[in-house]
Amino acid sequence: MTNKQGRFGIHGGQYIPETLMNAVIELEEAYEHYKNDEEFNRELSTLFNEYAGRPSRLYYAKKMTEDLGGAKIYLKREDLNHTGAHKINNVLGQALLAKKMGKTRLIAETGAGQHGVATATAAALMGMECVVFMGEEDTKRQALNVYRMRLLGAEVIPVTTGTATLKDAVSEAMREWTSRIADTHYCLGSVMGPHPFPTIVRDFQAVISKEIKEQMLEKEGRLPDAVVACVGGGSNAIGSFYHFIEDKDVRLIGCEAAGRGIDTFETAATIATGKLGIFHGMKSYFCQDEYGQIAPVYSISAGLDYPGVGPEHAHLHDIGRAEYVPVTDEEAVNAFEYLAKTEGIIPAIESSHAVAHAMKLAPQLDKDKIMVITISGRGDKDCAAIARYRGEDIHE
Amino acid sequence: MSSIKKAFENGKAFIAFVTCGDPDLETTKKIVKAAAENGADIIELGIPFSDPTAEGPVIQGANLRALSAGTTTDKVFDLVNELKEDVKIPLVFMTYANVVFSYGTERFIRKCKETDIAGIIIPDLPFEEKEEFLPVCHEYEIDLVSLIAPTSENRIAMIAKEAEGFIYIVSSLGVTGVRSEINTDLNSIVKMVRENTDVPCAIGFGISTPEQAKKMADISDGAIVGSAIVKLIAQYGKDAPSHVGEYVKSMKDAIR
Repeated sequence: MTNKQGRFGIHGGQYIPETLMNAVIELEEAYEHYKNDEEFNRELSTLFNEYAGRPSRLYYAKKMTEDLGGAKIYLKREDLNHTGAHKINNVLGQALLAKKMGKTRLIAETGAGQHGVATATAAALMGMECVVFMGEEDTKRQALNVYRMRLLGAEVIPVTTGTATLKDAVSEAMREWTSRIADTHYCLGSVMGPHPFPTIVRDFQAVISKEIKEQMLEKEGRLPDAVVACVGGGSNAIGSFYHFIEDKDVRLIGCEAAGRGIDTFETAATIATGKLGIFHGMKSYFCQDEYGQIAPVYSISAGLDYPGVGPEHAHLHDIGRAEYVPVTDEEAVNAFEYLAKTEGIIPAIESSHAVAHAMKLAPQLDKDKIMVITISGRGDKDCAAIARYRGEDIHE
Repeated sequence: MSSIKKAFENGKAFIAFVTCGDPDLETTKKIVKAAAENGADIIELGIPFSDPTAEGPVIQGANLRALSAGTTTDKVFDLVNELKEDVKIPLVFMTYANVVFSYGTERFIRKCKETDIAGIIIPDLPFEEKEEFLPVCHEYEIDLVSLIAPTSENRIAMIAKEAEGFIYIVSSLGVTGVRSEINTDLNSIVKMVRENTDVPCAIGFGISTPEQAKKMADISDGAIVGSAIVKLIAQYGKDAPSHVGEYVKSMKDAIR
């Protein structure tokens, strides 16, 4: 689906400073070489299976299915991966690639801290230096993850520019990469940024849909009717969708963070409220004003609090292959609590956006329909913030 | 010949950068006039962007101050329209791809032509993506300035061959900002540029003192200074025009 410059329809591209061009070209060449390299793939699948705990479970949520009274619901348990989220899939792939390229230092941005923790983990495992940029606002929302990264040996740099959230962390990581390229790989955490990142990250995350397909065929003997995942930059969603894109009968549904609602300014629902633009190395949809100034977006979820969306999602939206729906803070928090009480699974607040939409959709579908919800991460990190949202002050 | 190329005909060129609307557009107007009167050969006018990923803290701060003061692309065009009576040296825009794209590329470049803007520098538009804007720039005879970085290496010839206006050589890795030392082998970069084009080249990023400017202008066709000027503006606010004028004079005198 990509052409030479990494386009997905009109989206994607490489809108970055000249200083970084040879770095992304070097990365693309290395990736093109190693993606078909047997030894690389063997090492990566050993890391996936032995270290990260793959394949992740596809769990039949019986109580939830019965309670909602519609489609049969399966949960793809990326929350059970080592480090507690899907982020590890991409990070192990990129860290291994970086190591093969002779890089000794990983830098990363992080929103909720899950990608930062995953990067710090891979760096520790592979003996690499690690620096993580995190919006200062997010270091407060996700203090536990800051501690985890430091425990793993990473340096965490709070970013105070702009809105001090994920987009500013990305900007700062890009600036850092511009100043130190020779020994450093920028381990980008989502299917965004300049080519080849959207393709590389998607390929490493595509293991999610590969497994869903195999597991579903084994359990049900057929493909699901719908796959539902949350979308910030969109890595767990594209990972969940990828191997179903050609299966046109499978509905692909991405759930964006609407924050306090898409009719307010406190939202991060890019496809619902954004327009076409060029930012962070890619052409895609962005929340922005009439002069192209990037909007200060908001969501209760630090991991979805980003003003853009990956270029492949923008394209899937354009061609009508995937649907994108906004989910508010309130709906996500309700779903967070619902899944905890109903199935004994505490999902990340990011993943709770997907659960919330599935809760609306399942009762509208017949009982012979099957729906998969990707639980992209676990919600332990969110407990203090959700308690605060409900007016309860607990100390982490 | 483009007016930019002509600006390099009076010896080494001094190119000054200011962020439009920092601290306000009225002051920007006075700063541009002061810089032009004191010997600047070209002035880069920064149209502020919310997330300037190629800038260091100094110019990031200027972008935010300008936006907080209510600066918009339309107001910058009004400013340039007023300036064109008094300022005869070439003015070029420096801004990010999304500012041009979201305004409507055609509409943006047409207004550049109407307001006598000579060229445009887009730091997040590498050679591979220049087709995004180049056809429209050519239609309206606006030079799209190319950048060459210390990491460009095998890309220098390709970029230089298609360059227009002038070539912006980035002196060092990293983002914009004052540096005490510049260690890149700029001589060989300039040499490769000259082997491939007769478009003039100027060096920017990290230059603040007359000594640095002279050194850079000696090996190329000119020196570009941004952060050092923006710092003066941050320090003196509405009183900045005379200070910037004095500074530009000292820099131009050093490289003459």
